Amino acid sequence: MKDIADLLRHHPFAEGLDEDTLSLIAGCAKNVVLQQGDYLFREGAAADSFYLVRHGAVALETFVPARGPFTFLTVKTGEIVGADWLIPPYRSSFDARAVELTRAIAFDGKCLRGKCEADPRVGYEMMKRFIPPLVKRLQSARMQALGMYDAANA
Amino acid sequence: MPQTLEACAPPLHPMAPRMTPVTRFIRESQDVFTFDLAPEGATPFAPGQFNMLYAFGVGEIPISISGDSQAPERLTHTIRAVGPVSAALGKLQTGDRVGLRGPFGVGWPVEAAKGFDVLLIAGGIGLAPLRPVIYWLLRHRAAYGRVGVLYGARTPDDLIFRSELEEWRRTPDFQLRVAVERAGPEWTGDVGYVTPLLSKLRFDPADTVSMICGPEVMIRATALTLEDAGVADSRIFVSMERNMKCAIGHCGHCQFGPLFICKDGPVHSYDHVRNLLAYREL
Amino acid sequence: MADQIDGAMATLTVEGLEKLLQAIQARGYRAVGPTLENQAIVYDDVESINDLPRGWTDEQDGGRYRLLRRGDDALFGYSVGPQSWKKYLHAPKLRLWTAERHGDDISVAPEPPTGDRLAFIGVRACEMRAIEIQDRVLLGDLYADPHYQALRARALIVAVNCGQAGGVCFCASMQAGPRVTEGFDLALTELLDGGEHVFLVEAGSDEGRALLALTPHRAASDDEIRAAAAVIERTASSMGREMRSDDLNELLTNNLEHPRWDEVATRCLTCANCTLVCPTCFCTSVEDVSDLAGERAERWRRWDSCFTMDFSYIHGGSVRASAKSRYRQWMTHKLATWIDQFGSSGCVGCGRCITWCPVGIDITEEVRAIRGCDASAEEPR
Repeated sequence: MKDIADLLRHHPFAEGLDEDTLSLIAGCAKNVVLQQGDYLFREGAAADSFYLVRHGAVALETFVPARGPFTFLTVKTGEIVGADWLIPPYRSSFDARAVELTRAIAFDGKCLRGKCEADPRVGYEMMKRFIPPLVKRLQSARMQALGMYDAANA
Repeated sequence: MPQTLEACAPPLHPMAPRMTPVTRFIRESQDVFTFDLAPEGATPFAPGQFNMLYAFGVGEIPISISGDSQAPERLTHTIRAVGPVSAALGKLQTGDRVGLRGPFGVGWPVEAAKGFDVLLIAGGIGLAPLRPVIYWLLRHRAAYGRVGVLYGARTPDDLIFRSELEEWRRTPDFQLRVAVERAGPEWTGDVGYVTPLLSKLRFDPADTVSMICGPEVMIRATALTLEDAGVADSRIFVSMERNMKCAIGHCGHCQFGPLFICKDGPVHSYDHVRNLLAYREL
Repeated sequence: MADQIDGAMATLTVEGLEKLLQAIQARGYRAVGPTLENQAIVYDDVESINDLPRGWTDEQDGGRYRLLRRGDDALFGYSVGPQSWKKYLHAPKLRLWTAERHGDDISVAPEPPTGDRLAFIGVRACEMRAIEIQDRVLLGDLYADPHYQALRARALIVAVNCGQAGGVCFCASMQAGPRVTEGFDLALTELLDGGEHVFLVEAGSDEGRALLALTPHRAASDDEIRAAAAVIERTASSMGREMRSDDLNELLTNNLEHPRWDEVATRCLTCANCTLVCPTCFCTSVEDVSDLAGERAERWRRWDSCFTMDFSYIHGGSVRASAKSRYRQWMTHKLATWIDQFGSSGCVGCGRCITWCPVGIDITEEVRAIRGCDASAEEPR
């Protein structure tokens, strides 16, 4: 049975992370398995966790009355789910649902925030890993917001 | 008289359409349809070329050929109903006549891409002008390295060529990723913008030819992402859209800087257009 | 091409010119040339040299055109008016084809090119250059415009070397005049100063020589040849405008975001006058029409302009929505990208766009403004 630090080491999130930091943050992590349809978190609930997807796919969705749930992003193997744990009031702003059997490393947000506060070097290493996917998602969201396929013709 | 005037031996009336029967009509999605035209005699075309299609009494628009260039006896066009002419074409039935001029323009570099990995990136109806490339690649699979197709659309309902998408998904040595911008829970595929999916495809950037067709905003973003990944700008090809009235370089409408999209394109190598794309309203 | 008027020259009297016109008509040409109409010099059918604007000249400046009396009987003593020969060769409105429904089938009958043989009387050097430029656009690539081709192949060109430069002329800057150097069948230089009113004639083609042979003329004297050269020299040195033209492609391509485009956009009305009067502007649109019963349809081609919003319309909107972008398109195409596309500038220095601009925008001034503060020189993009 691999320990959690070992699982973490094989996720792209930990690429370039030194062993000390890795074992330090591993203290906030646990291994989880989500069945298809399981929710990782729900909109409005406390954002106390984030997830590194090891295998599987997670749909980020929101529910529109009279239209039902719709997915605006899928997060796949090697990627990160959840950013609301980073900023007060630590509340989830959308639903996250496993669309297939998904194995992930779940982090306790409060625990990790504490370690980042205690050691800014660790905090900076974490920021370097969270900011790039967030900026990329922002860029993608901007393209999606343009609704540009609507204007495309051939 | 200058001698050059006598040297031209073009078709007598390049603006006169051939009235051609519709032999098949398929509805792809709510606003997209595909039809075949069967002109008299084979009409050879290269993947990426376009025809001017005329709806009787309504008008004429440029439409890329979406069918198989190796079966040119049938000219397939996939059209989104967005204006009066495309709406009129969308009401056609088998046996109706469509005015046909073409094929025109410079297509995708399928020959030059031999020996390379090939990435096709399509947004919306932009998959239609790339479908002839997919047919070509499948027929000459051994001549190419890895092949990957990314296709982005608004919603699952807007996907075109659905049965073929399923077929291609099952094809060995053929990577296909489809991303929609939003979806209901029944959709199990990718949701999000199309370019981040590039990282999910296996290809060697140093040996890759990429072809992009979609809205200009997507072309710009995707070409930059490919460059960042290490694909040379001279091996990125983009299909441009501008107003076209004649398709023969005479009406002036489709100019894009020094280029006439109708005759210098619609497919251009990115290194020829990247500077132009940087200017608004050029 | 000779820079000096050489020995193979003839001299025509005014009566001789009338005889030449008759010879042209007798050979089956429809002669068209400058005439007076609506207080402007416009091109129309000419029966005799009496239809020419004898004794008239013009005064031109930005947004200004008016006719004045000359003190002599010059037949070509003015510069170019609002029209150019493109109104004949590249018609403002033309039916391209007619389609008719027969049951399930539809037949399309292309409009046959006209068999007209046009003789253009009084083609200036800038206009000759403009015709050659339109030749390259409409005949020079894979597809030829059959209507243009038919008219152009049969057209006779009687050129005139300009005896005076107009207020907005800058053909010398564009190396397009004032002397006609090629493409003509006959080229005239009007001589008014030597006592007798005569025309020095140079034949530039077999057809020109044949026509000259049918016309009473005499060999030109050395004095007349020198006088003609002096007339052209005087015209070249009295251009109303000038514009440095050797670096325009680079200058404009490097200054697509120059603040001057915003400035000119505050004055430009995007009225399209400049494109209509320009002898090289070739852009057209098509209009499809049908009868009420849906049995018959036609396609018409008409002049269009890059100054209209429709010109660049694609689904969703116009690519060039701002006046700035449309003026920039027109000017950069004319002076810069035209060179990439067709191997020469699209400007011949005729000055029409200056005269006929309702607010007097001056292309030479705009170039000067951009050159005076070349953004690329300081801040490469």
